[in-house]
Amino acid sequence: MRYAMAVDSRKCVGCSDCVVACQTENNVPIGFCRDWVVEVIDGTYPQLEIELRSERCNHCDNAPCVRCCPTGASHIVEGGVVLVKPNRCIGCGACIASCPYDARYPHPKGYVDKCTFCIHRVREGMKPACVAVCPTKCMYFGDLDDPNSDVSVVLKKRKYKTLIPEAGTKPQLYFLI
Amino acid sequence: MATRRQFIRISAMGAGAVAAGAAGVRLFGSALTDGQKATVAALTGRTPTYCEVCFWKCAGWVYKDEKGTIQKIIGNNEDMNCNGRFCPRGTGGVGMYYDEDRLRTPLIRTEERGRQSFREATWEEAFDYIAEKIRVISAEHGPECLALFTHGSGGKYFSTLLRALGSPHVAAPSYAQCRGPREVAFQATFGETIESPERTDIRDTSCLVLIGSHIGENMHNGQVQEMSDAIDKGATIITVDPRYSTAAGKSKYWLPIKPATDLALLLAWINVIITEELYDKPYVEKYTYGFEYLKEHVKNMTPEWAYGITTIDPTVIRETAREMANAAPAVIVHPGRHVTWYGDDTQRIRAVAILNALLGSWGRRGGFFRPEVFELPEPPHPAYPTPKRSWRTEFPDLYKMADTVLANGLCDATIPDPSRHCQFQGWIVNGTNLIETLPNQANTIAAIQALQLLVVIDTMPMEITGWADVVLPECTYLERYDDLRVGPHRKPQIALRAPAAEPMYNTKPAFWMARELAKRLGLIEYFPFETMEEQLDWQLKQVGSSLEEMKKIGVKTFDRPYDDLYFAPDEDVEFYTGTGRIELYSLALEEAGYDPLPKYTMHEEPPEGYYRLNYGRAPMHTFSRTANNPNLTDLMEENSVWVNPRVAKEWGLSTGQYVHLMNQDGKRSEFPIKVRVTERIRWDSVYMVHGFGHDQKKLRRCYGKGASDTNLITKVLVDPIMGGTGMRGNFVTFITDLNAEEVAS
Repeated sequence: MRYAMAVDSRKCVGCSDCVVACQTENNVPIGFCRDWVVEVIDGTYPQLEIELRSERCNHCDNAPCVRCCPTGASHIVEGGVVLVKPNRCIGCGACIASCPYDARYPHPKGYVDKCTFCIHRVREGMKPACVAVCPTKCMYFGDLDDPNSDVSVVLKKRKYKTLIPEAGTKPQLYFLI
Repeated sequence: MATRRQFIRISAMGAGAVAAGAAGVRLFGSALTDGQKATVAALTGRTPTYCEVCFWKCAGWVYKDEKGTIQKIIGNNEDMNCNGRFCPRGTGGVGMYYDEDRLRTPLIRTEERGRQSFREATWEEAFDYIAEKIRVISAEHGPECLALFTHGSGGKYFSTLLRALGSPHVAAPSYAQCRGPREVAFQATFGETIESPERTDIRDTSCLVLIGSHIGENMHNGQVQEMSDAIDKGATIITVDPRYSTAAGKSKYWLPIKPATDLALLLAWINVIITEELYDKPYVEKYTYGFEYLKEHVKNMTPEWAYGITTIDPTVIRETAREMANAAPAVIVHPGRHVTWYGDDTQRIRAVAILNALLGSWGRRGGFFRPEVFELPEPPHPAYPTPKRSWRTEFPDLYKMADTVLANGLCDATIPDPSRHCQFQGWIVNGTNLIETLPNQANTIAAIQALQLLVVIDTMPMEITGWADVVLPECTYLERYDDLRVGPHRKPQIALRAPAAEPMYNTKPAFWMARELAKRLGLIEYFPFETMEEQLDWQLKQVGSSLEEMKKIGVKTFDRPYDDLYFAPDEDVEFYTGTGRIELYSLALEEAGYDPLPKYTMHEEPPEGYYRLNYGRAPMHTFSRTANNPNLTDLMEENSVWVNPRVAKEWGLSTGQYVHLMNQDGKRSEFPIKVRVTERIRWDSVYMVHGFGHDQKKLRRCYGKGASDTNLITKVLVDPIMGGTGMRGNFVTFITDLNAEEVAS
């Protein structure tokens, strides 16, 4: 089993619903976020291109944050999902420094927090909160080992990219282009 | 180092870093913090609601945790407005409930208006005060001198109160400040209006044409969803906008038009469609009136003619016209929503309607469908008294096509003027921040100062509350019942709003307030049910449901009485116009003394060193209503002024710098605004998101953040046909030297 997510930048309108849905689903304190939206503009008026994409933890196959964690708080569970055990985390910030995607933040309660792919929902057969809420249905989630999962199907059909592949982290967040 | 979060702030999208002013914001108190422990089962009760953060009214479920704390709001899968997916504002609706700046108790003014001096009052005191003033005004001036301004569910009950008193003057700024021109234009052409949610069949369209309509930034949920579906299905999108909007970024064709020239482009498109015989001939022949007049009218309005006006390449005008024709009838030239731009807005939207008629998209799959509204029995009450006067008599020979009360008309008719018989004496304002909603703030304030009574009902201390005599704190939509939502949509559907929590503080639902006032004014028979619960149950039982059932399902869908979502092939359609046909040439407009066919007129252009002020929406905010919402402020806490790099170079501006804006009348923005240098805007205009720059200190989170566009809209281009207030004829320049205090902050 290998959970992954694909985000269709052609459909994303950058509304940030994924951000607020994650906050209310996961009790992320106001002022912090586990996912965010990036806007990239290319060209000069009027020859322009825009890419909007919802970003979060890449749940890397080769996760530097897990390797560098001195206490084992950062760990990997089923489907390759990278999680943090708050009670084991000492808030040293090594993982924050090691993450090329800047996907982690220091929670005011003293530990480091990040996207969980909403594993608590996924275990109940539901989609992550961001995927479930997105008005443009631009996000696809599922098991890459299942050829019929939403994410497998869309990655077969469409061209895609990953972010900073040169970091060698083998990210599992795909962007459809 | 530029961290991710700073980068996001630069791009002004999405969540920011630890927000300044986040202190004091409620951190979710639950011990469930890492998501691993927050099991789905922990969230127990769910209550049906429909959203009140905007007018789209999506139906959803309010979830509470084991302690009964409201945790999240999720869309109802059965709801046709949202299909189980709430937008960011709806998802962030919890912030409306938790906002610690909410109005908490009734207030009565102690000093002059606008001074913000109030004393806390009991509900009895507040109601007695209002009832007495209403009695005096009714006796001295007639009940017609009372007016209601509303933009929210609570308005229904105050409207009943006003009509029971004998006043017909109920106005919603959503008409003359927003979509009025399109309703009048479509009424004149097809005999029917567009309404809300729009009857656009975007889901099944092959070609969507957006003219200044920034779907995706205006987060009209169902439309955004359907546009995404259309993108999936490979539909062609054509966007006309001087700004590279999000929708433009998704379009096959983006036409970066010179602002204020859209009507010339529309007429050129009509010219191409007719000249190249691309129109739906059988449809035009069977259903329309006045084709030959139209043909003659546009014969010289060629793409080359339009090029000189719009700066759009004639080849592109022809190509896009052909794209539309190829897709027809599954094509939508979108009527837009906020269309009060230049004062000739009804005529511009008439051209949109005519274009749709030529393409045969009205009544066709992928074009415009026939919506269905659920007919719900109204509670029985005595007939309303017949009003003796109407606002219309104060505006002889003006706005003859306005089919509803004009908010700005009421405002103008409140200002003392010897030529007017009935100056309005009392306003009730529910859920609309008129100071930020009506253009020309000085005018609004002059009207307010002439009133004997201003009652404001709101959940938040918006600017308008500062001018009130009495402020009545309404509980939020998460704490009350309201009328059932009834449509319109592809199928008749009803949705229930039930309270998920008891009203916080000393707040109350509008139904209760209106009924208490009715009691004092001897009008209780107009409110036959003592509670909303009883009324809803009575209504629902008439239609084969019950409050109990609706509490379980939230949304109930019914079958259409007829299978007539689209016209049947060769259907004989009777249109509700004078001729019974689609009027390309409008006899109703002609009879009223207006142009029966739309004509292009040139609009004023910005003087040297000034730029046209354009404004629009951000997907995470609704007007100024959400500006203080902790969850939504977290996504976007201030607006910025978009400036083309060429202009920025000329002025030495850089992204992140704060400037003041000053308009053509010397009106200076109250607060400085952050510059965003971006290729996404033309060099002859600037752009900002509406709803920021609040000067009400009680709105602690958003006070002084960004600039208010309304503040800079002193010149209003009024549509002579229906009184819409065109707001895009204002020009601004930059003031770069801020005073020391502003630089420090």
